[in-house]
Amino acid sequence: MKYKVSYIILFILSFNFVVSAQDHKLESDSIVKVQTTSHESAQGHTDGTHDAATHDNHNAHAKYDPAATAIHHISDANVYTILDFVTIPLPMILYAPDKGWDFFSSSKFHAGHHEDGHSAYNGYVLHHGSVHRVTDAGFPTQGEAEISGFTHKTETIEGKDKDIFYAIHNGKEYRLDARSTLDGGVLGGGITSFYDFSLTKNVVSMILVSLFLLFVFTRAAKAYANNKDKAPKGMQNVVETIFTFIRDEVAIPFIGKDKYKKFLPLLMSIFFFILGLNLFGQIPFFGGINATGNLAITMTLALIVFFVVNFNGKKDYWQHIFWMPNVPVFVKPLLAAVEIMGLFIKPLTLMLRLAGNISAGHIAILSFVGLIFIFGDSGASTGGGVIGTALAIPLTLFMMCIEIIVAFVQSFVFTILTASYIGAAIEEHHHADHHTAEHH
Amino acid sequence: MTGTIAAIGAGLAVIGAGIGIGMVGGKAMEAIARQPEASGDIRGGMILMAAFVEGAALIAILLSIFVK
Repeated sequence: MKYKVSYIILFILSFNFVVSAQDHKLESDSIVKVQTTSHESAQGHTDGTHDAATHDNHNAHAKYDPAATAIHHISDANVYTILDFVTIPLPMILYAPDKGWDFFSSSKFHAGHHEDGHSAYNGYVLHHGSVHRVTDAGFPTQGEAEISGFTHKTETIEGKDKDIFYAIHNGKEYRLDARSTLDGGVLGGGITSFYDFSLTKNVVSMILVSLFLLFVFTRAAKAYANNKDKAPKGMQNVVETIFTFIRDEVAIPFIGKDKYKKFLPLLMSIFFFILGLNLFGQIPFFGGINATGNLAITMTLALIVFFVVNFNGKKDYWQHIFWMPNVPVFVKPLLAAVEIMGLFIKPLTLMLRLAGNISAGHIAILSFVGLIFIFGDSGASTGGGVIGTALAIPLTLFMMCIEIIVAFVQSFVFTILTASYIGAAIEEHHHADHHTAEHH
Repeated sequence: MTGTIAAIGAGLAVIGAGIGIGMVGGKAMEAIARQPEASGDIRGGMILMAAFVEGAALIAILLSIFVK
């Protein structure tokens, strides 16, 4: 039991830092078609301040855009909003190399509709739930400043169309820096001038799930100590059923009877952590968190698996990668190249599979809910809205049932693949004499 | 209509994965029908193989999102 607790604490610590850098990958321009109100093309906005009077930016959200709405809802955010009514402020921990650290609560942004902040604080603004920095001269860098709205333009940078967002303050537009990303903007997020270490929505949900698991497992463990040799009751039943299933169907067959105990805590932590987050994300209206659909989080999980597998790799494992026995010599380098690629593709697919499946489920549900607004013509047609609702409710219910199955299957698949990779790494072959005979 | 060809690529990848996972699942069901006592092992292998097929499709989908 003490191993499990230490793993969960490890998870909490590692996620806090790695995940806070929100990933941009799912927000790629190819799927986001943000509502364009001002079709102004690029004319080298280097100073960043413009006269905003010519644009009417208040109808920016009038037309319903299903793709943009879905992406907004599955992205990480710096505020925790429940149904647009309850906004739970989260601590902001921001660092800009030229400015230093900033600690404040996200309530300073006075987030309103669509998680857009009504005020800026210390040069940071909240736009679509995520924090941005304004570096333009003339924008107040200390204290609160009123933001009357946001606008955006499509600019062509290095041959690519990009949506550049502007905050409007005192009738002037100020360019927003890109969001802080884990990769520093290398993968298309855009280079930015600050680092976001805040406890975002996803981080808070991970802490909540970890604490919940800690509570459930310590209670179950205590029950075993107090209730020795008696039938399990209450919480014990749930935990024991899943625990023995993972042990007997995953750990023992894939890792082996002798060695599975060393890796059981890791497998259990991974399984229950992913399952908890998957199911937590399925609760309707409760923030709709998408933690396991976030590539940064699944990347951290996959990296943990990658290190555990390779640090435990035995001689046979490395021999099968670099110098495959029992094949002709001229094939060996080819196989080594493929196997080395496989070394990295395995964690990569682990990362993509989980994030892709969970995000896809969330997007599907959001799209079905979006039918209401599409049929209702963004609120203009009541009859259409009724038809859309009649369509959306059964489809959403169906999708949610599928999603609960997916939540279990994906956490199971992640665990079973981890177990099979570990099993392949620690396997020791007993035909060494056969190999040497081959080499003569 | 930006990213149209990339979307076609993603669709093709999904077709491939659909055929692959369908074959894995179909054969596994046949095997279970033939040998119900081995259903546990077959189910484990089935999920593992389906996950591998899906992995290839996911890489294709990701490439089609990023490469424009």
